[in-house]
Amino acid sequence: MELYMSLAIGVLFTVGIYLILSKSLLRIVLGSSFLSHGVHLLLLTMSRLKTGAPPLLDEKAEAYVDPLPQALILTSIVISFGVTSFLLVLAYKAYKKLGTDDMEELRGNENE
Amino acid sequence: MNNLLVLPLLVPLFTSVLLVFMRRSILSQRWLSGASSLAGVAIAVSIVIHVKKDGVQTLYMSGWAPPYGIAFVGDMLAALLVLATTVVGSFIVFFSMGSIGEERESYFYYPLLQFLLVGVNGSFLTGDIFNLFVCFEVMLISSYALIVLGGTRLQLRETLKYVIINVVSSALFVAAVAYLYGVTGALNMADLFLKVAEAGQGGILNVIALLFLIVFSLKAGLLLYFWLPGAYSAPPTAVTALFGALLTKVGVYALVRTFTLVFGGMPEVTHVWIGWMAGATMVLGAFGALAYKDIPRILNYNIVISVGFIAFGLATANRDSLEGVVVYLLHDMIAKALLLLLGGLIIRAAGTGKLSEMGGLMRRNALLGWMFFATILAVAGIPPLSGFAGKLLIVRGGLEGEHYLLTAVSLATSFVVLYSLMRIFMAAFWGDERATASATDTRKAGLLLPTAGLMLIVVAMGFGSEWIYEFASEAGRTLLDPSSYVQAVLKE
Repeated sequence: MELYMSLAIGVLFTVGIYLILSKSLLRIVLGSSFLSHGVHLLLLTMSRLKTGAPPLLDEKAEAYVDPLPQALILTSIVISFGVTSFLLVLAYKAYKKLGTDDMEELRGNENE
Repeated sequence: MNNLLVLPLLVPLFTSVLLVFMRRSILSQRWLSGASSLAGVAIAVSIVIHVKKDGVQTLYMSGWAPPYGIAFVGDMLAALLVLATTVVGSFIVFFSMGSIGEERESYFYYPLLQFLLVGVNGSFLTGDIFNLFVCFEVMLISSYALIVLGGTRLQLRETLKYVIINVVSSALFVAAVAYLYGVTGALNMADLFLKVAEAGQGGILNVIALLFLIVFSLKAGLLLYFWLPGAYSAPPTAVTALFGALLTKVGVYALVRTFTLVFGGMPEVTHVWIGWMAGATMVLGAFGALAYKDIPRILNYNIVISVGFIAFGLATANRDSLEGVVVYLLHDMIAKALLLLLGGLIIRAAGTGKLSEMGGLMRRNALLGWMFFATILAVAGIPPLSGFAGKLLIVRGGLEGEHYLLTAVSLATSFVVLYSLMRIFMAAFWGDERATASATDTRKAGLLLPTAGLMLIVVAMGFGSEWIYEFASEAGRTLLDPSSYVQAVLKE
């Protein structure tokens, strides 16, 4: 199971990085959310996957799932959700004002 | 257990929530944020006194004893940095009142500033590496909003890059935490210290350490600073000063904390990397400071140089240099805020940031000129001002650690700092007076009083170096030998 998860994480990272390296702003935003999905799955996988076991330990439990990564992922999802929505609004506003979504045209140092 | 530790977060947090509801009345927003910032300073002072008297202070959230739950830890380093943060924060609040403009003030400038302070103070005080990530995000999200507030073309363009860079580095941060948790099963930094020591830091833990190095270097601007000069020149002066004084320093603090406490076991791998990165940062930052001819760029490259210098102290990691890191961090937070505020005032007085188009400001702005001159000396590390003690300790540590090349680089870049800033001074204040259309009068109490206040602190820190050293050496001792930190948290 860990192997399949690792492959999925690898694919998500690849797609995310490919999109982030493109010129179009919208693709970069999508790439960043792919990247964060990959990271969240990584967090889940790193605590070992044990299917079917409850997250709490009682006296007779033979297997249990570590609840901590799920709490971490929840926190991280909320943060990346907030940041992505901010980034989308920022991208829209920048497109309106600057008239382009091509990062190639937004490079350089000159002021204004 | 000491509940005082959570107040540097709670006070600005509640203040900012209240401020959101006071949007219509700018006057009451100013009063409340001013009062709350001063209360923050008082709290920070009392934390420093507690730490001095009783050693490392801890607070377990909801009473969950570590390694479970989130622990807040106030050692001397964290307490001093919180104090510096609250001091810089209050002066910038006061400076903003006279400079930021009513339009930004009515669009949640003050609440965002307080949220930023929540994140910064939280990053210093937390003893849990995932909580460090959360505090980083609180700080970064407020900074995203502050940097774009106003929405000029330049701001929008630079904010895009700033946000994207930070989103990527935050993703890497979570990935690094995930790997670390997978290997050690711990998140509490004191617990990590024991677990990493138990497992022996080799192979995989070194890779994780370098991943953390990349993440924190992106935030601190250590070698990976390419986003910094552009992003920091976009927002208004008060915001740039806030970022230059606090945000990069939080990254540096995270580097110092993780590489003394968690990943201190293999300095021949990790600290060598930090050393080379520090050297490259100082050299490249110096090139930048020499190459540009406009004030924002020169000052921003000076931020980069000082980050490299502090990282050099961390790379050496002996007693002198770690004490030097503490002293220099404190100095740099205050002095960089002052330098950036004065730089902003010069741009305001001249009506332009380009060195070739300004001149002769001394005639009308003598006070500004002399303050800028004194700040240059402080930043370059000339005694008796505040930069000298930290620089001396780091250089002495570097020589003791036989890092001769890096020491030479750091001394050479000090001259570049002096030269690049002196060039601003000469271009702006000497020569014939030139009138630019957009020049405004800076001789207002609202602008000059906060900067003069910071100036007094810089001078006092210089003359009181001996007294500050007493506190800093205690912080340095905990960094060099984290056992007192670990014992205080885990209560063994």
